[in-house]
Amino acid sequence: MLEFHDVTKRYGNGKPAVNNLNLTIEKGEFVCFIGPSGCGKTTTMKMVNRLIDVTEGAILVDGKNIKEQDPVELRRSIGYVIQQIGLMPHMTIRENIVLVGTLLKWRKEKKDERARELIKLVNLPEEYLDKYPHELSGGQQQRIGVLRALAANPPLILMDEPFGALDPITRDALQEEFKKLQRELNKTIVFVTHDMDEALKLGDRIVIMKDGEIVQVDTPEEILRNPANEFVEEFLGKDRLIQGRPDVTTVGQIMNSTPITVKIGTTLKAAITKMRDERVDSLLITDSDNVLRGFLDIESINNNYKKASTVEEVMETDIYSVSQDSLLRDAIHKILRRGAQYVPIVDEGHRLVGIVTRATLATLVYDTIWGDGTEFEEIVAHAE
Amino acid sequence: MNTLEQLVQYVTQNGGYIWVQFYRHFLMAAYGVLFAAIISIPLGILIAKYGKLSSWVLALGSIIQTIPALGAMAVIMIVMGLGTNTVIVTLMLYSILPIVQNTYVGMKDVDKTVIEAGFASGMTRFQLLRMVELPLAISVIMAGLRTALVIGIGIAAIGAFVGAGGLGSIILTGTNATDGTAIILAGAIPTALMAIIADLIMGWIERKLQPIKSSKSSAA
Repeated sequence: MLEFHDVTKRYGNGKPAVNNLNLTIEKGEFVCFIGPSGCGKTTTMKMVNRLIDVTEGAILVDGKNIKEQDPVELRRSIGYVIQQIGLMPHMTIRENIVLVGTLLKWRKEKKDERARELIKLVNLPEEYLDKYPHELSGGQQQRIGVLRALAANPPLILMDEPFGALDPITRDALQEEFKKLQRELNKTIVFVTHDMDEALKLGDRIVIMKDGEIVQVDTPEEILRNPANEFVEEFLGKDRLIQGRPDVTTVGQIMNSTPITVKIGTTLKAAITKMRDERVDSLLITDSDNVLRGFLDIESINNNYKKASTVEEVMETDIYSVSQDSLLRDAIHKILRRGAQYVPIVDEGHRLVGIVTRATLATLVYDTIWGDGTEFEEIVAHAE
Repeated sequence: MNTLEQLVQYVTQNGGYIWVQFYRHFLMAAYGVLFAAIISIPLGILIAKYGKLSSWVLALGSIIQTIPALGAMAVIMIVMGLGTNTVIVTLMLYSILPIVQNTYVGMKDVDKTVIEAGFASGMTRFQLLRMVELPLAISVIMAGLRTALVIGIGIAAIGAFVGAGGLGSIILTGTNATDGTAIILAGAIPTALMAIIADLIMGWIERKLQPIKSSKSSAA
């Protein structure tokens, strides 16, 4: 899909910014470039769509040398997202999303349809299409920035620290959304970042660069287990290396697989009885296929007991859940950051498979400290 | 009171004449600014793109601005003779600085990240100019035209000295007549009014061209 052959970039006669770089990126791969500032990661990315010209060597996109293509055509065929978002302030969201379509002279109906189709991908209402960028929050703006890159359905997307300027919670949400989107759409992504957590979380492979050269190219797990040299170790930081092992533990392995649930259609009275019997103050609600639909806590029952008779009338549908394949480290981080008491665990079909509560985490910590031949060690052993 | 009565009397008797001069005056100012805009807007864009030229061009514009209008007009008259053309050329010279300067500032103020995003999305240089830079700079450029037009209306009043007519000629008649205060006022008040109205209208257009809109106003 994307190949770098002996690529060198030199400014003037000085030291090369990128030196003799060789790399092959497969279709559908999510590759993170990371390194200290000035290591040449952004230069490398910008050479792909010819924002910067290659001094020596060749870059091939789908087997074709980019030097032999018209730079304008090339840029229209490659998505591009930048940290500063760069939405056109005088254009509506609709016009912004289909900007490349406008450049490619699409018909108006085609642009309209494409804009509506895309905005659904990021769960924003269609009314937003007629708004202007300054009326949206930073996170929403960057969602639009990503959609703009997707508009002409390019197989390859370049991203230059796209989530770097967002607050941590928005960044988390966007990273997850985007990773999901990338899997669904099977895009090849070149993603430049200086945030190691981001690279470890998103990348299928991580390219660590220093002084214009590649230091290590590997999967996140491999990099954590076998850092190539001291520089990589230092760059990862001691914390992450220590966490390297539990990092591969998934929530699926530690969750409690028998959460207290009720089916949709249960009466409130039955739900209360269940709460009392099981000694819990909230219930997860699933439908007949075991798909997670919402939750119910004692307070909402209290407030609505007289008005409603079944659980779906009172339940809270805006429920935060975690996939069973996600890494334990991320999940813990999220539970703590959101201040949640528990988080339901779901599979790919959003079916409920378990629950992680603060008590689960406390047990985990306890077991780690006292190391009592407990399940945690089994998990680590299992993971290895 | 006497002056006021005389003014009313002059205006009623010469209403048509004042109107003709008013119109002529306005056309001179408008043409001057128009021709200046044709030269200055591209020049402003050019110096915004090629930074090295900017200090030279802006300095030249400032120098022109320091020459007294009457003196400049007299010199141009030597070359171009009497009449409206001399006034229009003078006005043009005086409009160059505000228009070039505002075009330059407007273009420079366009967010670099927006330009990068547009360029990386596959816009050609010309598309970038037409779809991004000009729409975002247009209200600042309009502010330059507004300044130029208001200055122009003032300078056009001197045009009477080179036989170009306009409201200046009414003022001139007043200064030559014995007890001509009323006639001077009949020329000066419309000149001032024209400048104020031009300023208001151009200000309105400038606001209409504000690139960053709200969704509500666009729905209306």
